[in-house]
Amino acid sequence: MHIVICIKQVPDSAQIRVHPVTNTIMRQGVPTIINPYDLFALEEALRLRDAYGGEVTVLSMGPPMAEDSLRKALGYGADRAVLLTDRYFAGSDTLATSFALSQAIAKVGETFGPPDIVFTGKQTIDGDTAQVGPGIAKRLDLQQLTYVAKIGSIDLGAREIEVERRCEGGTQMLKSRLPCLITVLEGTNEIRRGSFEDALCAARSQIVKWTAVAAGIEDLTRCGLRGSPTVVKRVFAPTARAEKAEQIETAEKTLRDAADELIAAIFTRQPPLEHELAFNNGA
Amino acid sequence: MSTANREPARPAAGRAGIKKELPDRFKDYRHVWVFIELERGQVHPVSFELLGEGRKLADKLGVQLAGVVLGPPGEATWYAVAEAFAYGADLVYIAEAPLLADYRNEPFTKVMTDLVDTHKPEILLLGATTLGRDLAGSVATTLQTGLTADCTELDVDTDGSLAATRPTFGGSLLCTIYTLNYRPQMATVRARVMPMPQRTDKPVGRIIQHKVSLAEDEIVTKVLGFLPDSQSAKANLAYADVVVAGGLGLGAAENLQLVKNLARAIGAEHGCSRPLVQKGWMPADRQIGQTGKTIRPKLYIAAGISGAIQHRVGVEGADLIVAINTDPTAPIFDFAHLGIVTDAIRFLPALTEAFTRRLSPHSRDKLAS
Repeated sequence: MHIVICIKQVPDSAQIRVHPVTNTIMRQGVPTIINPYDLFALEEALRLRDAYGGEVTVLSMGPPMAEDSLRKALGYGADRAVLLTDRYFAGSDTLATSFALSQAIAKVGETFGPPDIVFTGKQTIDGDTAQVGPGIAKRLDLQQLTYVAKIGSIDLGAREIEVERRCEGGTQMLKSRLPCLITVLEGTNEIRRGSFEDALCAARSQIVKWTAVAAGIEDLTRCGLRGSPTVVKRVFAPTARAEKAEQIETAEKTLRDAADELIAAIFTRQPPLEHELAFNNGA
Repeated sequence: MSTANREPARPAAGRAGIKKELPDRFKDYRHVWVFIELERGQVHPVSFELLGEGRKLADKLGVQLAGVVLGPPGEATWYAVAEAFAYGADLVYIAEAPLLADYRNEPFTKVMTDLVDTHKPEILLLGATTLGRDLAGSVATTLQTGLTADCTELDVDTDGSLAATRPTFGGSLLCTIYTLNYRPQMATVRARVMPMPQRTDKPVGRIIQHKVSLAEDEIVTKVLGFLPDSQSAKANLAYADVVVAGGLGLGAAENLQLVKNLARAIGAEHGCSRPLVQKGWMPADRQIGQTGKTIRPKLYIAAGISGAIQHRVGVEGADLIVAINTDPTAPIFDFAHLGIVTDAIRFLPALTEAFTRRLSPHSRDKLAS
């Protein structure tokens, strides 16, 4: 079984700060990580390989420094890493990104054997769109299985797969066909620690690097800003509310008095709430 | 929208490819569409919230607002049609077929893209639910158009373009995104970001039925079964009237009990900020904020939450925000209505007790006597 997993190197958004005066993102010193949701997909890919045999190819599109993330993925035990990197990709929106990645996956298929499953994470933590996975599936004409919480049986002979997919209010049990694209939900599995052997291999592995042309992309106008139908016109910081919060003073007051005062202030602003809460309370 | 402008399309202006002129093939794209999400006989409330927002956009553009209902033949589907009218749709496109009974990407994408190709809407809005995101991604890719995810604000520009604003960089900033040269302009919006519009008993309007030309044996993926969430696992956070949430200021996982106690005392749902989910202190479906749930309660009490912008975007729609935090400079005090600078661990029990005292029927009797 050949599995391709797409990962993205993202800034650790928990550590991003906005400059208080200029309202711009301060990227300096912000560490980059593998998109956390992609790790669940990677683990799932590695488990399937361990169970069914085969290879895991990890693919990323990004600047040359995205090599770090690929090397980490090799350290977890992926067999091969491909970095799609070219200045033509700069400014890609989700449509242009799914185009480039789908072309690269097709090239991976030609070079290393066609994939049975393509994995992505549920979404990234920097873009949060959850659009690239479905975009890739559509372009490669793969069955699209999103928000998968569990992969059940796979029948490689019959080319069939059963998965559990989370949706509003429950879990859908689906039977589908290989090849397919699966986006993996967080918490699906526990991410392994790579072995010492994998770490040694990762350090010495060659990462395959492809430019747009090397990945077989002929029409460069479909990449990057030129290939992106969406245009970001304005980036801005949310406006602060005009007035600051009304403060309940706590100095020289017992907690009990402060709590009473806070509750009084709540019901002064929202009088009907008192009745509703009392009702909730079983009154 | 200008119709007299028939100059040849100009080359892209600048790196972002912003053209002034819409390509000819898109010039007859008109009207605002809202996808009415129907799953297992239930319309997702986000569809009604979107009709409210779609109404405003359609009025600004001077076009019609349409609902799109895909479902199995039967009462539930027609109920969804009637509800779409009740929440403001001028017309409804309906596609009925047994193979649309359960959501599957393939038939829904096929029917939706057929509808768009036939009737050519200029704006198509979907809920950013699991279903909506799954569908929107493939429809936009099939149509090769732009899609803006998880918008918090929608507007129409002076030139008639859809201005879709969404949080970026984990919610630290907002950006406004346009799809200038492609149609339809697509966006998804999360549940509870837009207010629920007034329901009216509007007589049923124009209905356009769409024939589904797809057979079950052409669809690869099959639904084997559905397992509904147990009642206890269902966190009805998004639609709760009162929410109490805890953050890192609670210090330890066991202190979350203080949040749950207060929630129980006032009949509220409980939730948390993102770091607590990352630490494994609370399940992901209780997370409030940009990457969690958006809430719009009448009362929101945030205990030990500093109020990072990604949390703010998830709670801004609350009518009354109360913040409890030891740090007087915490950003939460910039958007809370009421604040108290104190240690949530010590204050929550006192608050729970005070609420119980005030809301208890016995204490009222005492006051009355």
